[in-house]
Amino acid sequence: MRNDLSLSEVLRQQGVSRRGFLKFCAATASMLALGPGMAPVIAAALEKARRPSVIWLSFQECTGCTESLTRSHSPSVEGLIFDAISLDYHHTLQAAAGTAAEAAREAAMQANPDGYLVVVDGSIPLGNPGYSTIAGVSNVDMLREVAAGATAIVAVGTCAAFGGLPHAAPNPTGAVSVSDIIKDKPIINVPGCPPIPVVITGVLAHFLVFGQLPELDGLGRPMAFFGHNIHDRCYRRPFYEQGKFAETFDDEGARQGWCLYKLGCKGPVTYNACATAKWNQGTSFPIQSGHGCLGCSQPDFWDQGGFYHALSAGTSTSGVGLGVAAVAGAALGAASALGTRSSQHEARREVEQIVNSQPAAAGCARGGEQGKK
Amino acid sequence: MTLLEFARGPALQWSTIILVLGLILRIAGAWLLAHDKDYSRPRVDAAWRGGLRAVFSRFWPHQPFVRQTWFHILAGYVLHVGLFVVVFLYAPHIAFIRDLTGLNWPGLPANLVLFVGALTAASLVAFFVRRLVHPVMRTISTLDDYLSNLITLAPLVTGILAYAHFGGRYETLLAIHLLSVSLLFVWIPLSKLAHVITFIPSRFQLGAWLGRRGVKA
Repeated sequence: MRNDLSLSEVLRQQGVSRRGFLKFCAATASMLALGPGMAPVIAAALEKARRPSVIWLSFQECTGCTESLTRSHSPSVEGLIFDAISLDYHHTLQAAAGTAAEAAREAAMQANPDGYLVVVDGSIPLGNPGYSTIAGVSNVDMLREVAAGATAIVAVGTCAAFGGLPHAAPNPTGAVSVSDIIKDKPIINVPGCPPIPVVITGVLAHFLVFGQLPELDGLGRPMAFFGHNIHDRCYRRPFYEQGKFAETFDDEGARQGWCLYKLGCKGPVTYNACATAKWNQGTSFPIQSGHGCLGCSQPDFWDQGGFYHALSAGTSTSGVGLGVAAVAGAALGAASALGTRSSQHEARREVEQIVNSQPAAAGCARGGEQGKK
Repeated sequence: MTLLEFARGPALQWSTIILVLGLILRIAGAWLLAHDKDYSRPRVDAAWRGGLRAVFSRFWPHQPFVRQTWFHILAGYVLHVGLFVVVFLYAPHIAFIRDLTGLNWPGLPANLVLFVGALTAASLVAFFVRRLVHPVMRTISTLDDYLSNLITLAPLVTGILAYAHFGGRYETLLAIHLLSVSLLFVWIPLSKLAHVITFIPSRFQLGAWLGRRGVKA
């Protein structure tokens, strides 16, 4: 496909109607939390936009992010927009392999001296360069080389954005995120395990329309998609307010669709668009399918305690630990009491000596003793 | 490590250990002390019944003092019943206890607990103000009293703020709430707040002692 075609021309070639294109623009404006007046602006900008060159680097990953993006939406308008970018290098999807594939990457970099978009999925192992290589080049070297000429970098998936599963303790490969290595380029984090497809197309659309990054939160995530936590947008939230919770995955509460908080749902501290954008063309999302949120779009979500421990439960507390503390407390208390008892006996002896040394008082004391008998 | 990770992890872990260890140490340390022998003839067969009765009977106000102490009685009931509702009948708190003990029970609607929590916080503020302005209360109050009041108030206020998402992102407010709870856990065995558990053996001991003498107290 020619790179000098505009997106509008590409979409028309692929049979997308003008009406379908405008509907996509309106939906994109809505997703990005822009006003309805921005839809024509997006349409006008996308019509003129040239197909940007995109180099997709897959590092220490499971290919789930690519699966998510390529399979779940095809053949939607978002999918066609995705087709409409010039995906010049993606070693999972491209037909070329080996030397030819790497030649395509280098050609794309040389053909776009004004910049190109880099998409990264997977973390980068720093423990040993040999842990993950592509054509004999370590991930960190390839990232640095490709990022040097990039306009911006999109870190797709939690591994690229925050280290993800490979970064989980004890992090045997020394995995790090893109932003841990690249400091001089704009980076957009689109975390999720995997991320929602419509979120990545929305971010790309924003970049094409405005030529700049969308507003990002403190973790480099687009506010339009990661501005609210799952809990606040969850359709099960009313059950949380009513105090109705599923206690197990097969009880009456679970069948009634009650809140999954007590089953470990991390929705209250997880920022993502799952509850609104959903998956599989808006069909469902994990909570709707009966499983609590794992918090996959948050840093270090693998190390936040058990997936099935409620958010209000401690991550390190245990009944056994408290049992040991109780036994230790009893032992220390007994030791303290025994120590004090000797002082008590000593004091009592001193009192008796004083009493016995005074005849009148001694008489009273003796009288008391007789009374007891 | 984020603030929330610290709050859910080491802070909560060590504070609960200090709470349990400290309270049991205080009870065992007092209970195992040498007690003077009571040489009087027992008036009843089972003095322990008097002890058991005292544990519960003293939940009710002593009639002759009601008119003079109505403020303490009213605010005291609001405070203690409110704390019971908030601590033991709010689902996330039940989940915390269930995680430690395996015990589980139904909770109340969140909005009801929120309302009770606000009332409870108001009672603590009222107690604090009264302690400051009432000349007798001011005279007999110690630093322990003031700190205990504020440290009990902190989890209520931070919990309400976290629920309402007021003043920051939820995870930050939740972390602050958990840290305030951890502070309370550490403070309880070190202060007068130890009465959360020591009131039971204390009342029992006194009730049994009086019961042995035939006093219904």
